Amino acid sequence: MEGRKLKDMFGSQAKPQAEEGRAKMSPTGPVTETTSQAIGGAPARRAKTLEAKEVNLYYGDFHAVEGVNMTIEPNKVTALIGSSGCGKTTFLRSLNRMHELTPGASVKGDIALDGEDIYANGVDPVAVRRLIGMVFQQPNPFPTMSIYDNVAAGLNFNSSRIPKSDKDAVVERSLRGAHLWDEVKDRLDKPGSGLSGGQQQRLCIARATAVSPEVLLMDEPCSALDPVATLAIEDLIGELKKEYTIAIVTHNMQQASRASDITAFFNLDESGKPGHLVEIGPTDEIFTKPKQKETEDYVSGRFG
Amino acid sequence: MAQFDTTTNAGQLLAAASGGRRRRGDRIFSNTAVIAAVTILALLFGVAAFLVGEGLPALTASSSELPGHESFISYAAPLAFGTVLAGVLAMIIAVPLAVAVALFITHIAPPRIAMTLGYLVDLLAAIPSIIYGLWGIFVLGPAAVPVMKWLEEKLGFLPIFEGPASITGRTMLVVGLVLAVMILPIVSAIAREAFSQTPRKLQEGAQALGATRWEMIRTTVLPFGKSSVISGSMLGLGRALGETMAVAIILSVSGGVSFNLISQANPSTIAANVALNFPESSGLAINLLIATGLVLFAITLATNFLARLIIARSETE
Amino acid sequence: MTPPPDNTLASVPQRSIFAHTDGAGGSLPSWAPYGAFVGALVFCAAVEAALGWFTIALMLVFGALVAIVAIYGWSRAVEGRRRAKDRAITMAIATAFGIAMAPLISLLYEVIKRGVAGINWDFFTTTSRGVVGGGGAEHAIVGTLIITACAAVISVPIGIMAAIYMNEYGRGPLRRALTFFVDVMTGIPSIVAGLFAYALFELFLGPGIQLGIMGSLALSVLMIPIVIRSAEEVLKIVPNHLREAAYALGTPKWKVIVKVVLPTAFAGLVTGVMLATARIIGETAPLLVTTGVIDSMNTDPFSGRMQNLAVYAYNEYRSPGVMKQASYDRAWAAALTLIAIVMILNVIARLVYRRYRTEIR
Repeated sequence: MEGRKLKDMFGSQAKPQAEEGRAKMSPTGPVTETTSQAIGGAPARRAKTLEAKEVNLYYGDFHAVEGVNMTIEPNKVTALIGSSGCGKTTFLRSLNRMHELTPGASVKGDIALDGEDIYANGVDPVAVRRLIGMVFQQPNPFPTMSIYDNVAAGLNFNSSRIPKSDKDAVVERSLRGAHLWDEVKDRLDKPGSGLSGGQQQRLCIARATAVSPEVLLMDEPCSALDPVATLAIEDLIGELKKEYTIAIVTHNMQQASRASDITAFFNLDESGKPGHLVEIGPTDEIFTKPKQKETEDYVSGRFG
Repeated sequence: MAQFDTTTNAGQLLAAASGGRRRRGDRIFSNTAVIAAVTILALLFGVAAFLVGEGLPALTASSSELPGHESFISYAAPLAFGTVLAGVLAMIIAVPLAVAVALFITHIAPPRIAMTLGYLVDLLAAIPSIIYGLWGIFVLGPAAVPVMKWLEEKLGFLPIFEGPASITGRTMLVVGLVLAVMILPIVSAIAREAFSQTPRKLQEGAQALGATRWEMIRTTVLPFGKSSVISGSMLGLGRALGETMAVAIILSVSGGVSFNLISQANPSTIAANVALNFPESSGLAINLLIATGLVLFAITLATNFLARLIIARSETE
Repeated sequence: MTPPPDNTLASVPQRSIFAHTDGAGGSLPSWAPYGAFVGALVFCAAVEAALGWFTIALMLVFGALVAIVAIYGWSRAVEGRRRAKDRAITMAIATAFGIAMAPLISLLYEVIKRGVAGINWDFFTTTSRGVVGGGGAEHAIVGTLIITACAAVISVPIGIMAAIYMNEYGRGPLRRALTFFVDVMTGIPSIVAGLFAYALFELFLGPGIQLGIMGSLALSVLMIPIVIRSAEEVLKIVPNHLREAAYALGTPKWKVIVKVVLPTAFAGLVTGVMLATARIIGETAPLLVTTGVIDSMNTDPFSGRMQNLAVYAYNEYRSPGVMKQASYDRAWAAALTLIAIVMILNVIARLVYRRYRTEIR
């Protein structure tokens, strides 16, 4: 489990086909430098790759997720789908070391950001979470803080006196990036809880991007929102992927097919057994010509 | 009341069942319950009424009639001052400690032992106050003497540490410390309740941003629990204001109003004054003591009222 | 396009992307906080020994302060400022907890140590009557039991019925008002309750009277709100579907309460009553005012003063006999007895709860 210090992960590798029923890897081909314009006109940033190897997750003795091998590609949206309880949220939370916050929870396996093991000895989870951000199902702006302070919250932790003008710039950039700037620019000092659900979620996204992470994890970000707000967030995600690596858990298959480039399907054999990754591949392939029967059954609505 | 058609069997049965004995049982029981509830209110107002009734002679008497030949105000004011001084001192010491203890139990200690730790802190509240008094005068007081001497030497320019430092330890500072220990479990229990109910989604929101544990506590737990801590502090203050035995035993009293915390000359508190003087008093002197009791009742009522108001207001948010 | 990566195992060890930007980018070993504390204690002990004033308390207090500074400095150098602050504050909070526990430990230790000195056969079997410099607390123990029992007899029915009213009969605003007033009642200072009982009896019996029952009344004023609050909590927990099932059988309301709600809540009610008793059994102030001090045994609450443990302890301290230390010993012994009774009541209360509570699914 040594952290590899060199970036030898440039481009994807062709992973050997694993035994059927488990850990299918369908590489999407070599990752190219994206040169599309990012938001605000700055040149696009090549985000980092998140790679999971033989990840097994436990709550105490209960084996919740087994043997996940997958790569979350930079500058793409990877959707994790599957019926409830199959471990997709648990897996997502292991990617930014939030899983271990549950008492008794443990992680086996390797998860590496651009080749560096995030669970290596001596790695501070706080630092990992700075680089791998998360947006939650229930929008959770800090209720006692203004909109401005919410966005700047991550920066304020590092209270090494960032000059106000720099902070203002970051707050504006983040709010613009979250498509929220125009709506709130005149009331930055009002509490964050006064916004609508969709606006609150965009605020949380702005807050997450303000600290310039490499990866954005999203746990069913739209399930508490109405369809209009949902569409707005999905558009936003399409923009965000130009700068970040994005993984999104969703139970809504239409959303996955609309908004993602790569889809990973998780499933449970039966309740009480661990969830596992059944198949991963380009979204249109998963939905039109999936390789596994389980996948086909799920996406055609035969269960779940 | 429904009238039943008694020409049918069913009607007869229902009519029999819905009248008479059963309704009487219900009425007796519910009346008893109402009486009990009314008794509570009567008790509360009774306390106020009797105190006023028995205290009035002292309140309306002229200074020459009262023992000590001073007016009621000049008798009661230093006592009120001493009461508030001791209470506020206890609160200043106890509240930060209680918040720290609550944070320790809810967020820092391993969850398995957290419950035991909470129980230990609550144990402090079960100890009778007379024991705190004995402990204060036999143990804490003497132990505090060198500390008070040091305070006089180094910080004697502050009026609160003017000295001369008492050699027995029977000072306002020691009283404040003992009272603080007594109210710590109250404030900490309320703080613990609030901190442990901070919504997980808020805490996770901070953690997902890459906050350290303290940063998370600072941004989410403390603001969330702020109003509970305030109301808990006021409840603790109310308790400290009314505490009798610990003060009566520990404090060395000489009557004057003074902010000097480390000297032998201290104002007494209302409660301690009553406890110390009641056994040997009679006549108007007793009325006088009861009148001061009324003042104390008013002060603690106001404090508790305020505390409950804060709780009620924060619950509606 | 970036150049192809250099695959040879590198030359320059790169900093981990997870390293904090200040500090050496490493991490303290997991024993660091304990090591810092122990090191600080050793350091303080050495300093104290050198200066000649060694006390354990001072060593612990200064040791804690030094440890906080030490862990901050160490972490700051290795891990960076934010982590250092987090560690230092965590240690400060742990220290605060230690400080809060110190009085508890000291108290229990002192009460046991000093109380044991006064415990002997005489303590439990003789009274103070007619004895100079000796005697025991038999009358006090008996008095405490009688006064507390009478207080319970008054408080428990009233308290539980009031709780039943508030929970089963009360409606909206009236119930809220009652809850509010009961809460206010919990804040009545104990001396005020004593003065009230005194004033009440003075009205009917004239001044200067002190009776056991007056003490019970004063204690009731304090006990009733506690009983009500805990009974209310317990009654609230009884699920509605149990009541509804009984109603559906045509049971009248009072029977539903007596035969369904109360038995279900029984264990909780008993626990609440025992805890309330434990709370008031150590009250001194109201009894000073109402039951007074007396040297001989009195078992009639309606006539004459009655001694009790708390006032006895106070009195032995306040007016020690010719042999001061013996009196002080007895005071501590009374205190120890009192704590023992309180602890036993607490323990029994919890055991009763665990044994008799009905599992509600």
